[in-house]
Amino acid sequence: MTATVADAPAAAASNAPIPPKKFGPAIALGVIALLSLVIFGLGTASGASTTFVIARPTDFFKIPSFTLPSQLAAILLSVVGLALAGWTAYRANQRRKVGLWVPVVYGMAIMGALLTWAGAGRDATSIQLTGLLTSSLFLAVPLVFGALAGTLCERSGIINIAIEGQLLAGAFLAALVASMVGNPYVGLIAAPIAGALVGLVLAIFATKYWVNQIVVGVVLNMLVLGLTSFFFSTVMTENGDLNQPLGMPKLAIPLLSKIPVLGPVLFNQNLLVYILYVVVAVLQIMLFRSRWGLRVRAVGEHPKAADTVGIQVNRTRVRNTVLGGAIAGLGGAFFTVASGLAFGKEMTAGKGYIALAAMILGRWSPRGALAAALLFGFADALRAQLGAIGSPIPSQFLAMFPYIATIFAVAGLVGHARPPASEGIPYKK
Amino acid sequence: MKLELRGITKRFGDFTANDRIDLLVEPGTVHALLGENGAGKSTLMNVLFGLYDADEGEVLLDDEPVVFAGPGDAMAAGIGMVHQHFMLVHPFTVAENVMLGHEDVRGPAKLLDLDAARAKVREISDRFNFNVDPDAVIEDLPVGAQQRVEIIKALSRDASVLILDEPTAVLTPQETDELLGIVKDLRDAGTAVVLITHKLREVKAVADTITVIRRGKVVGTAEPSATQEELASLMVGRAVSMRVDKEDATPGDTMLAVDGLTVVDAAGIVQLDHVSFEVKAGEILAIAGVQGNGQTELTEALIGVVSPDAGSASLDGDVITGRSIKDVLLSGIGFVPEDRTEDGIVANMTIANNLILDLHDQEPYAKGFALQPKVIADEARKHVEQFDVRATSIEQTAGSLSGGNQQKVVLARELSRPLKLLIASNPTRGLDVGSIEFVHKRIVAERDAGAAVIIVSAELDEVVALADRIAVMYHGRIVGIVAPDTDRDTLGLMMAGAHQEEAA
Repeated sequence: MTATVADAPAAAASNAPIPPKKFGPAIALGVIALLSLVIFGLGTASGASTTFVIARPTDFFKIPSFTLPSQLAAILLSVVGLALAGWTAYRANQRRKVGLWVPVVYGMAIMGALLTWAGAGRDATSIQLTGLLTSSLFLAVPLVFGALAGTLCERSGIINIAIEGQLLAGAFLAALVASMVGNPYVGLIAAPIAGALVGLVLAIFATKYWVNQIVVGVVLNMLVLGLTSFFFSTVMTENGDLNQPLGMPKLAIPLLSKIPVLGPVLFNQNLLVYILYVVVAVLQIMLFRSRWGLRVRAVGEHPKAADTVGIQVNRTRVRNTVLGGAIAGLGGAFFTVASGLAFGKEMTAGKGYIALAAMILGRWSPRGALAAALLFGFADALRAQLGAIGSPIPSQFLAMFPYIATIFAVAGLVGHARPPASEGIPYKK
Repeated sequence: MKLELRGITKRFGDFTANDRIDLLVEPGTVHALLGENGAGKSTLMNVLFGLYDADEGEVLLDDEPVVFAGPGDAMAAGIGMVHQHFMLVHPFTVAENVMLGHEDVRGPAKLLDLDAARAKVREISDRFNFNVDPDAVIEDLPVGAQQRVEIIKALSRDASVLILDEPTAVLTPQETDELLGIVKDLRDAGTAVVLITHKLREVKAVADTITVIRRGKVVGTAEPSATQEELASLMVGRAVSMRVDKEDATPGDTMLAVDGLTVVDAAGIVQLDHVSFEVKAGEILAIAGVQGNGQTELTEALIGVVSPDAGSASLDGDVITGRSIKDVLLSGIGFVPEDRTEDGIVANMTIANNLILDLHDQEPYAKGFALQPKVIADEARKHVEQFDVRATSIEQTAGSLSGGNQQKVVLARELSRPLKLLIASNPTRGLDVGSIEFVHKRIVAERDAGAAVIIVSAELDEVVALADRIAVMYHGRIVGIVAPDTDRDTLGLMMAGAHQEEAA
């Protein structure tokens, strides 16, 4: 007998079976990029050109608009997509995952190729690049808040399908309270309260009565939809003062907003967007580097382990679900006071579900949620831009665009993401 | 610190899991709590640890009565517990797991002080020679190392009483020896250790005091000098023979031939790695190995619950991989699954219906669309009598039976078809000694009737007692097939991945 106990771990390491390589995502990305190359790149008339406008009349530095040969631009963007597919294959060959930047940049490149193709040869129209990015960010706002809400809940083990309802409740209460007071900023205080209440109901049913969380979430969405629609068509319709379109002005941050391209995109937005930056940064740090975050993640992964070191599992879950609801509610304010619109029936239009997708694509981290939501926001903004320049694609198909992007993103183009191990499972002692 | 339990009683409904249990644990000693599965050992420790509330009785620390509302209180009082199923968060590092629940923070933002946690892990790891890296992620660590992390967790909270709940169930024999060494070191450092186990060998190796419980009651105490037979009869309440009576095998033709069987799970991990072996008619091949080394996947791939990613298996010349489960079962395979309550029976259905789960759509139990209740009931009564299932009626739900009787129902069903191959996974786990003897006798009888038999077991005693040949599995591979008289040290090393030549 020569082997000793100390050798056992070494033997274990060398005998460990090697997982197979997974090239599925890389192949899918490659195929789509090739399609983009053929349709958008080679399909564009070779003489046509696309004009991109970057500067705005108010900019400090003037960057001239530039016109690119459409075919070249579309081919280049498709090649970027192909390169990213190649990178994904290279990483898969090493059995490693790719970072979240890959699907985000990839998505934007392919959509850019689409945009170039659509804008080709339309001399009268030009692509407003800065405007496109600004509205991407703006349209991403409810998605980011929703995805953050989902991340907070799921990290603690509660599945929050009710994001849609929380957004809608936030939008409704923000409009109502802001109209009553006559100040849109008060709406920003009211919105999280509405979302938190929806979150509280979810938390109680999930932790105290162990009801299936997906079912409760869907029912809550229906409940909020019904309630808000009822009040909209009764109280708000009879008394128009209770539902006014109040807008929040854009606040340009001195100096920062003068940076070319990024300045107007990032630093000439309204208050809700600035709150968004803070919330993402704070949650990213808190979730991964604070005592609270460590405990939350432990509760979501292995609640019994958390319990045996004295952490109150269900209390943590309730707290996170209410906090998540509040954040989603705040995101709901986007639809009314932050957009300068009055409340309308069903005005969230499924954004809560897209936010769930952003949460998954963002791999349950605030930073990832932001990046994923920006991708979806870009798809949404692109749809508007394509509609504006009179694209050859029927508008119904364009309306489907963000959702198709969502399905591809979530269907695992980025590799299988692992959710918190105990999400959706009630903790019973 | 001295720990004392006085008259602890814990009931679940009508069932009394702990009945007035007294226990005294002195500092610097190892106190073994010995009992069969289901005797109430774990319940008692969960009461002590604050996970359950006791219905009666009190806990005293250094003669002061204490009440624990939850595990946090127990830990603050200096009681640490290493649970049978580890309480570790898999995606976290060792340091994060150790700090969880009593985290040090630093800086104005009060962020986690991981450096302090790392230092603490290193200090304890060095003190007891644990060789644990604070930055290793738990899911990458072997089971033995995970267990040492659990001990570090307890010690980092200054536990002066350490409870180990069935700590060796998932360890290889070598890891077990290592753990017992650690237990002795801890004792010598002044810790009071409570060792919960049903394994006599371990008790005799380290215990200073032994308390035996049976059916929730303390039935006696013993000195470590007591023989294994004495301890065993105290534990089960009657004299037991530790052997299985069987004749030598008379193997016939090859019945099952497995060739390069490979299973990759959903997460992309290879669970079964090109496994090839043969089993002949009239022999028992025991598959030994620590839990989770591919045994489950092997049995499930054979009957078709999971479809193999490569390789094939054939029964008596016919390929069985890639066919439906029903097809496979009816071609002459009996299957006793490892998790009897999950996979073996339908708990809410009657014994009679459980007995025909496999044949419910076949003559004579069904004609056309209709079941034949009378035939089913007659057959059920016959089986219940043959297999000595202790039940009030065949209409009783299977879930209301004791573990041993549930297993008899499963066996009765699986042996009711003419079998060419019987696959039994941990067939005696959690059973009382009487049922174990019965199950073993039936398995040997099936062999003698000419069937090939595969037994999967994590218990080396069972493997050695039943096997005609032993195949040892490690990390999804068969590291060797050896004779049943191979010595335990060799088997143990093979279970840790060493090949037969290296191990012997």
